Amino acid sequence: MTRSTDGPWDPAIVDLPLSPWRDRFLWVEEIQASPAGDAAAAVVRLGEEGFSVCVNGDPWPEPFEKIWHLRYAPDGRLVALASREGEWTVVVDGVPWENRFSFVWNPLFSRDGSRIAVAFQRDMAYGMAVDDVPWEETFPNLTCPLLRADGAATAAVVQTEPLSEGDIVKYREGIYTAAVDGRPWERRFMNVWGLACSADGGGRLAAEVRLSPTEYTIAVDGTPWGETFACVWTPLVHPVRGTVLAPVRREGSWWLAEDGRILWDRPFVQLWQPQVSPDGRHIAAVVAPAFGRWTVAVDGRPWKATAGEMASDPCFSPAGGRLAVRFKDHGRWTIAVDGRVWRQARQMVFTPVFSPDGGRLCVRFKEQGRFGYLLDDRPWELAAEAAWDPVFSPAGDRLLLRTVEGGLFRRRVLPLEDFGKV
Amino acid sequence: MPETKPKDAPPAVDEGIERGIAGLTEERIRKAIRRVLSGETGARLKAYVDTCIHCGLCSEACHFFLSRDRDPAYAPVGKVKQTLWEMLRRDGRVGPEFIKQARIVASTHCNLCKRCAMYCPFGIDVAYLMLVVRRICHLLGVTPLYIQDTANSHAATLNQMWVKDDEWIDTLMWQEEEARGEIPDLRIPLEKEGADILYSVIGPEPKFQAQLIYQAAVILHVAGVDWTMPATPGWDNSDMAMFTGDNEIMGRLKRAHFETAARLRVNRIVMGECGHAFRSVYDVGNRWLGWSMPPIPIVHAIDFYHELLEEGRIRVARLFEEPVTLHDPCNVVRGGGLHEKARAVVRRTCAHFIEMEPNREHNYCCCAGGGVINCGPPYKKHRVESNRVKAEQIAAAKLKGAKIVITPCHNCHSGIEDIIHHYDLGVETRFLGDILYQVMEKP
Ligand code: SF4
Ligand code: SF4
Repeated sequence: MTRSTDGPWDPAIVDLPLSPWRDRFLWVEEIQASPAGDAAAAVVRLGEEGFSVCVNGDPWPEPFEKIWHLRYAPDGRLVALASREGEWTVVVDGVPWENRFSFVWNPLFSRDGSRIAVAFQRDMAYGMAVDDVPWEETFPNLTCPLLRADGAATAAVVQTEPLSEGDIVKYREGIYTAAVDGRPWERRFMNVWGLACSADGGGRLAAEVRLSPTEYTIAVDGTPWGETFACVWTPLVHPVRGTVLAPVRREGSWWLAEDGRILWDRPFVQLWQPQVSPDGRHIAAVVAPAFGRWTVAVDGRPWKATAGEMASDPCFSPAGGRLAVRFKDHGRWTIAVDGRVWRQARQMVFTPVFSPDGGRLCVRFKEQGRFGYLLDDRPWELAAEAAWDPVFSPAGDRLLLRTVEGGLFRRRVLPLEDFGKV
Repeated sequence: MPETKPKDAPPAVDEGIERGIAGLTEERIRKAIRRVLSGETGARLKAYVDTCIHCGLCSEACHFFLSRDRDPAYAPVGKVKQTLWEMLRRDGRVGPEFIKQARIVASTHCNLCKRCAMYCPFGIDVAYLMLVVRRICHLLGVTPLYIQDTANSHAATLNQMWVKDDEWIDTLMWQEEEARGEIPDLRIPLEKEGADILYSVIGPEPKFQAQLIYQAAVILHVAGVDWTMPATPGWDNSDMAMFTGDNEIMGRLKRAHFETAARLRVNRIVMGECGHAFRSVYDVGNRWLGWSMPPIPIVHAIDFYHELLEEGRIRVARLFEEPVTLHDPCNVVRGGGLHEKARAVVRRTCAHFIEMEPNREHNYCCCAGGGVINCGPPYKKHRVESNRVKAEQIAAAKLKGAKIVITPCHNCHSGIEDIIHHYDLGVETRFLGDILYQVMEKP
């Protein structure tokens, strides 16, 4: 791809033809776009030699037997899981880690992309590895791998001893716990699920735990809350208060609890996906205020607007003043912002993206296999064959759109006033 | 109704049940019964209990009753009488031995097939009442060992068969590799965000029947479907927790399933040939979570094959020659109305189709469903003996020439295989997908 502009936010359209890739390789899998839009990549089939990754038209120098889960890290490095001679590893920009495993999956990136973690299995022992360093202690099984946002810690749910089939007694006694950087908590539980940790140092690890067939609670750093509930969902560590929030079920209704105490003054038919605004001032969660009606509640107050099928992925603006959520009603997806539902609805809308000051909201959509964008409820029917989430410039006045149109991978930077025109 | 106990109840030595009742006190039992009857059930239960006139008209509907020489203990109302009514009559003052018997009746003498609800003049749903009994037993920790172990797997791994996260992905890659022997550019696209369809299966497929994933991949590939499968838990649509009475684990499974589809931003979920899983995603599990309908449309394989054939995306190269009959799975027929579509697929793919009688929504259950087969070997003999009417149905279809019983449901498939062996019927079972894969045009 040739650059025709000086700075990354200068309005420009840069195209990269993808058709030569299809001529050169047996097949080309899903295209991945780099965060800055300056590169496109895909797993490609070479023929007898196996697979490679094609980046901007050029394959990685060494082929692999198999490659899957190709993704760009937030810092622009290209990461895949690949195998050679039956052994698997993580490959970063074409260079494999030194460690080899029986299998690797679930790659995770720190917020800035500088650290990469993965779950591994080696000779039936399970663990996590970060930047090519595997956990020292391994386990008979591992689920729910997690990498802290600052990349400084990993955690997962682990099984601490083997279980033979049909052994309901040992299972009931508890063989599951959480492990941080490979070190398991002392206490065992009947089940452990969703983990959550604070974004950075000095943090706590919280987990959904089941103490008995009918008693659930949240454990923080290995110690369960004093209160038990009929059920719980994945917790969240409050980024400012450092407390642990979690949806809990009591007498057939769902409540939001903080450190074991009921926080909001009203229950819901359902409550999950809690979120805290970046400034720590507001808490939102997806709720069902009535059976079959979905919305979000902010600080315990549900929006009046509801959807009949789904409300999902609540997301605060960077400063925390605004809140957007994906709504699904009558088979169509749309966006609701601060309680107001957009008029535009599509077969699919993806994750909403706020401008840095929260004033503008852009989202990618898909309709009958073709992609476009909505900016503040205004559509741009690009009819693209592929598209990625929009990116606002730091000043918030420009948009970076990455698409595939007419067989070309297109990087488009435009001032917001040109949305829909170029 | 005459006072009765089942004549041929199995000698249930079931560790799950025995251990469960060992620690029970009458006080604890009463508390659990009250919790369920006053806290978890509402107008529906009350209406059923108040409306039933004990007329016994539902008896004729039940394959247990018909197969076990009209033993009233196996009549739908007889099962309620031995369990829920007694709990109500005694205001919850029942002992551990009663709970043991109630668990056996509710979990192994009823498939929750809902046939009886069609015969009751008031539409009383005995299946629902048996689920209430199962719920009480779950809260008391009294559950047959085999199905409890399966529910434990569901809770620990979010799938039915203790399949670990890497084993799942490895199985998909293995089936993709196998299928490439037949179609060199076939893919099982993993984690493809924005695909049209998420294809989901039940835990036994990767564990024991991986060729079904192969076949589905071939069908989806040839039809040119934009599809994906997840590389995370949430791939399994099955749900034995729904049948043990563990509603909280049921909800956890269904949430994982729908959220996986939502995360991958798909338009629809297409599921393999499973009946109970359909009930769980389409009716029971989704509603426990607060969704009145599945939040992302669920398309059962029967419906999907029908769509592919109707739209000409799959074409039939040559018809399946051996004469077939069709078993109507309760959960997708009485529960989902897919009987005519199933017949349309059979007629488009098979040269000779012989109806079983009775059929469609009046068809007899396989006696495996409702978690009964999942209660395991201790109950197998009782289960197959309790479905003589199904054997007679199949034998009659065989007399008319049928050699293959198409059973588009996993539980039905296994249950009918057991019946075929036990009664030495000399026919074979097939999934609809087996037939479609065999007769379709391939590149
Ligand atoms: S639901 Fe089916 S198995 Fe259960 S009592 Fe009714 S007819 Fe019999
Ligand atoms: S359930 Fe219906 S058919 Fe059966 S005894 Fe009661 S009223 Fe009669």
